[in-house]
Amino acid sequence: MKIVLVDDDEDDRMFFADALQEIEISTELAEFHNGQELLDYLSEPDVEHPQLIFLDLNMPVMDGFQCLRQIRKNPELKDLVVAIYSTSSSERDIEETFVNGANIYINKPNRFEELKKTIGQVVKRNWQYRENAMDKANFLFRI
Amino acid sequence: MGYFRIQYNPIEICRTVITERLTVLGISFSMNAQGALRVHGKLTDENRLQIDEALKPYGISLIEKESENMVEGIKYAIEELLDSPAVRTEKVSAYLSEKLGYSYSSLANRFSEETYTSIENFVILRRIEHAKNLMLLGGISLTEIAHKLDYSSVAHLSRQFKKTTGLTPTTFLRIIEKRKTPDSPNHTE
Repeated sequence: MKIVLVDDDEDDRMFFADALQEIEISTELAEFHNGQELLDYLSEPDVEHPQLIFLDLNMPVMDGFQCLRQIRKNPELKDLVVAIYSTSSSERDIEETFVNGANIYINKPNRFEELKKTIGQVVKRNWQYRENAMDKANFLFRI
Repeated sequence: MGYFRIQYNPIEICRTVITERLTVLGISFSMNAQGALRVHGKLTDENRLQIDEALKPYGISLIEKESENMVEGIKYAIEELLDSPAVRTEKVSAYLSEKLGYSYSSLANRFSEETYTSIENFVILRRIEHAKNLMLLGGISLTEIAHKLDYSSVAHLSRQFKKTTGLTPTTFLRIIEKRKTPDSPNHTE
């Protein structure tokens, strides 16, 4: 499964990549530092679209919110599965991201074991949705 | 004169050809988005030969994959179970075991090996999906949905909904409603 992580924090990216390697489903990870880098990459010709995008909210150049809105506005990208991956636990922020088209909201865990478990659950749930051709419009999941 | 590049979807082409040929043979089937084909009812050796012959000219052949068929069979039986009130009173384990002709433990092992989840969790996930679809159709209360899907109470449905999605049914509905407002990027009208 091809996965993308967009996060400006280097430590968080390393932590994530290590955790992802330890889950049951085999994955291939591409990393970007902000929303603009991701959109540039996705607009390259013949690019293989990822099956799941983990998107931080607070980032320089283009933040996660703006990036999410751009993805949902673009007919080529609007069906991509986006998981918001943020430290914010404000109920308002969380609902706002779902309203703007996020499929999944993840509160970044602090402990490695917890992160591994969370990423594993998200990747598996995404796999279930894809494999069983379930309705993406209904795919909302918070963890 | 015009030059074109051909763009096509192999699964759609297969679906069209298979639908046409199998309808002629009077064989009922369903096919999912990944190209897995399930023939309904009993498939005789003669049927199997007829299908092979009918699809051969198109370069289409059927590959039998016992384990995948078993998992697909389980999923299919679960859908039937959720759709039909008459059989829903049965225990899932007994129902699947009888329907597929294997012990429940061998079905359960194979299922979790190949789908990264247990049969029990899959049933819950599908039931919650049914609940979501009913909620989105509208005109039906949560109490009615709970009853329709055999939950003992609305509280039971709400608890399982929250546990599965991380959201309460009310929040889920509010988000979907808000997405339909004209300033939302998800607005499709």
